[in-house]
Amino acid sequence: MPVRLETTGAAAVAHAMRQINPDVVAAYPITPQTPVVEYFATFVANGEVDTVMVPVESEHSAMSAVVGSAAAGARTMTATAANGLALMVEIVYIAASYRLPIVMPIVNRALSGPINIHCDHSDAMLVRDSGWVQLFCENHQEAYDMTIIATKLAENEKVLLPVMVNLDGFITSHGADSFEMLEDEKVREFVGTWEPKYPLLDIAKPVTHGSIDMFDYYFEHHRQQEEGMENAYNIIPEVFAEFEKLTGRKYDYLDLYKTEDADYVMVVVNSTASTAKYVVDEYREKGIKVGLVKPWVFTPFPKESFKNALNGKKAVVVLDRAMSFGKEAPLYTLVKSSLYDISEKPAMGSFVYGLGGRDVTPHMLREAFDAAINGELELDKQKYLGLRD
Amino acid sequence: MPGLKGWKEVPIAGVVDTPATAREYETGKWRVMRPIVNKDKCINCMQCWLYCPDMAITGKTSTETKNGLDMAGIDMKYCKGCGTCAAVCPVKAIEMKPETEFLK
Ligand code: SF4
Ligand code: SF4
Repeated sequence: MPVRLETTGAAAVAHAMRQINPDVVAAYPITPQTPVVEYFATFVANGEVDTVMVPVESEHSAMSAVVGSAAAGARTMTATAANGLALMVEIVYIAASYRLPIVMPIVNRALSGPINIHCDHSDAMLVRDSGWVQLFCENHQEAYDMTIIATKLAENEKVLLPVMVNLDGFITSHGADSFEMLEDEKVREFVGTWEPKYPLLDIAKPVTHGSIDMFDYYFEHHRQQEEGMENAYNIIPEVFAEFEKLTGRKYDYLDLYKTEDADYVMVVVNSTASTAKYVVDEYREKGIKVGLVKPWVFTPFPKESFKNALNGKKAVVVLDRAMSFGKEAPLYTLVKSSLYDISEKPAMGSFVYGLGGRDVTPHMLREAFDAAINGELELDKQKYLGLRD
Repeated sequence: MPGLKGWKEVPIAGVVDTPATAREYETGKWRVMRPIVNKDKCINCMQCWLYCPDMAITGKTSTETKNGLDMAGIDMKYCKGCGTCAAVCPVKAIEMKPETEFLK
């Protein structure tokens, strides 16, 4: 029987890792990712997993170690946040280009400066073009589930791409909530074993990883990477369906909350969606048809699903917990461009919110909905929620 | 680029899936300078053979030469034109010439 645990999001992710039982975990602690690795290190110390834990001296080394380990053919995981991810970036790109199915929970935190340790999504957006699949989680249950799903997706031989599982720093990672944990065997059965195609340690079939790739083949290898991402897009529903069979929990590219008949729709990722759902219910009680779209899958970006969900709506507000200085906010850009060729385009507005852990209140979300309802959206003007003038 | 494979035909990620295939990588394509040997000057000391970083110089034993060795030529498939051979040759028997002189 699955059990219900009342604990932090960090512990939920660490339990998923324990059940997956990776061969290698190399990580460096950084707030607010630290408890993920701390809990996992306890499982290693207690002999509850077979994992070789490599405590490295920096995130750059962590990502380098997991690249080496995954190239050797080991199931490999790490976890990080914000500036730790920024320090990894050089190798983050290489992990994807080497087609190594590494799974990495990202406990989303502001990329300083000025120095800040609290939640926003600037870290995830920093690496949006790095070639990793990016999944986003609203709460503990989703963070647990997606870590398991990520492993199966990454290792699919048609995909072979690393996957990031994003959960909100402190809000999800340190807040206590309950989630349902599967039986260990069920998880191990679901993720199966990885049969690497080119393991460095198979001395009967020697291979070379990481040789120089010039103008003659580099371009071709990047086209292959895009193919892997397209395959990920196609295989994601299969993995979600299999997971639903196991758990009854249904995932899709987008979590659609009361959007079917909605006139006004908000798009937001991660934990703010919980507050947004509460606000949607408030409007619904008043007979105002609002809804929420929460992307579970950000990369590959589910364009088609956005078109289907938003065609014919009166207005759409997109909330970004990250800025792209001098350009439109990252989620807004993508949602807006995906609606370019739909037949009935909604009015659209971009709202930046919650930077550096600024608390997100129902009042702020009402502000965005009200702007949509009152016809006050400006397509090309970025607005801010919860910012003092 | 003739002779190169399409993206569907090569292993992913630039993995080299067959060992000992370095010979198939023709480093000579990089060359901008070409070593030209003057065999009338050459004393078959094999210094160039020893120093060539690409093993592009062919040597063999011979009954025709004084020291029993013959510097038999340079394999242009692999010579990348670094000029090391010309620099080490004690009798200056090797001259480096720009590849543009050999364009047809
Ligand atoms: S130029 Fe360089 S690579 Fe070519 S034969 Fe001389 S030493 Fe070898
Ligand atoms: S180093 Fe000069 S002399 Fe010696 S074998 Fe080479 S070309 Fe001939």
